[in-house]
Amino acid sequence: MNEPIVLGFETSCDETGVGIVRGHTLLADALATSMAEHERFGGVVPEIASRAHLEAMVPTVHRALADAGIAASDVDAVAVTSGPGLTGALLVGVAAAKAYALALGKPLYGVNHLAAHVAVDELQHGPLAEPSIAMLVSGGHSSLLLVPDLAQEVQSLGRTIDDAAGEAFDKVARVLGLPFPGGPPVDRAAREGDARAIAFPRGLTGPRDAAYDFSFSGLKTAVARWVEARERAGEPVPVADVAASFQEAVADVLTAKAVRACRDHGVDHLVLGGGVAANSRLRALAEERCAAAGIVLRVPSPRLCTDNGAMVAALGSRLVAAGVAPSAPDLGADSSLPIDVVSR
Amino acid sequence: MLVLALDTATPTLVAGLARWSAGDGVTVLAERAVPSGTKHAELLTPAIEGVLADAGLAIGAVEAVVTGLGPGPFTGLRVGVVTAAALADARGIPAVGVCSLDAVGTGARTVVTDARRKETYWAAYATDGTRVEGPAVARPEELGLPGPFTGDPAFAERLGAPVTPADVTTAGLLRAAAPQLADPGSAAPLVPLYLRRPDAVPPTSIKPVTR
Ligand SMILES: Nc1ncnc2c1ncn2[C@@H]1O[C@H](COP(=O)(O)OP(=O)(O)OP(=O)(O)O)[C@@H](O)[C@H]1O
Ligand SMILES: [Mg+2]
Repeated sequence: MNEPIVLGFETSCDETGVGIVRGHTLLADALATSMAEHERFGGVVPEIASRAHLEAMVPTVHRALADAGIAASDVDAVAVTSGPGLTGALLVGVAAAKAYALALGKPLYGVNHLAAHVAVDELQHGPLAEPSIAMLVSGGHSSLLLVPDLAQEVQSLGRTIDDAAGEAFDKVARVLGLPFPGGPPVDRAAREGDARAIAFPRGLTGPRDAAYDFSFSGLKTAVARWVEARERAGEPVPVADVAASFQEAVADVLTAKAVRACRDHGVDHLVLGGGVAANSRLRALAEERCAAAGIVLRVPSPRLCTDNGAMVAALGSRLVAAGVAPSAPDLGADSSLPIDVVSR
Repeated sequence: MLVLALDTATPTLVAGLARWSAGDGVTVLAERAVPSGTKHAELLTPAIEGVLADAGLAIGAVEAVVTGLGPGPFTGLRVGVVTAAALADARGIPAVGVCSLDAVGTGARTVVTDARRKETYWAAYATDGTRVEGPAVARPEELGLPGPFTGDPAFAERLGAPVTPADVTTAGLLRAAAPQLADPGSAAPLVPLYLRRPDAVPPTSIKPVTR
């Protein structure tokens, strides 16, 4: 019961997340979001997000501490996303975390946002099997990772060469007149649709294509062309069928490549993370294909798939347990922090 | 009262420790002014630890935090403000915000600092030090104030008048904070003086994705 308590900060995009964990146990996951303020701009406006982070910071910490039923002085270590993400947004979290660590006299860990998306699963399903294959699919990233040791060694196997999977959801939603962010409404619309209605292209699945890289830009364009052709012809757009067929193409490519990565590397554990891992069809298809291939699939609940502070605290907790050295006092933010840098 | 003062509204970040009392005013115990460009987040907490070490004091001894609220370039400015808010919150002590320009120079003056985009942040002060105009943002050519000018000398040419070089100081921050320090319950929430709206325009029409 005397496992360390870690306070985690996440401000890489438009969510202000403050999470608290004790070992692998989730104690609090407080979140504030500026999503609504970005909606009319059709995407996240960095300065608006940064201002919102500053305003939300202390109140969100208070909520997290209250939810966890602890005092700030009970915290044993502080962790913060130091990249990748929007520089101005990241810096609010980094500065706040550095100040809490200094004021509390506790060590500070600057961590990689993507590794944190993987680490969050430990809060629900216990210690990660190592090695695992991890697939991170969010609004800014689509990556396949080999994870020999989440605390210190993460290797990139492949990534998207153009749009991220979540970005494709967001753009297709726009084409279909659905709100931003597009993932949840496309997911909902697809439930009423026929996934085999339209054969949309599967990018980078040819025999000579990079086995673990993704491409969603061609798919997005194909969906847009298909919808625009309908509109030009004055025909109604079958929104549910388009959503379902698009979603099927994404889920098909993602799961096929993830299962292949497991097979090729002799790894029998797959963990999904990132906002798109909340997608119901991706989860179902991954379940099906992993079962068939004898792979143990782990997916955090949708709430923990999108950006939050608990995931940062979860990774911080791993780092503390592994005895990794805390960050230097001159920690800053790195908007393009490489995936293989777990902490810095 | 032992006060920690911070400011990140200009390219020179300031961290200082001072004793303050309503009767005796300000005694600065330690101060660091660090040329930090855009590295405020990297350098601020080390500067705070530096002044604590210089004064031989621990963070637990600090009884209030004063921070400059700008105006200043947004990203750096937020580093100081959120640091002050977090430190004060974690220690359970008051946080007090002041206009950063108030902490540059003394007496009758017009303070000018760099607002980027060829503009200057400015405020004008009476002989007794009270702010009579500003803070605001303007093109130096259009300021139309007599001076004397204090602050960023890079603007001298465009102001057509000399600018006495001066930075934010710990003593200046404490002076500006005195009314709030005397009654911390009255301290206003720490809201940065942005003066400009975020750069963002809603798309006028949604472009088809294929074009
Ligand atoms: N049910 C869903 N189906 C598909 N996509 C979804 C679903 N729910 C959320 N998404 C997508 O997930 C993305 C958001 O992911 P996430 O919260 O991980 O953060 P992010 O802002 O994309 O940041 P980063 O890429 O830095 O992790 C959005 O593109 C959103 O459309
Ligand atoms: Mg994310």
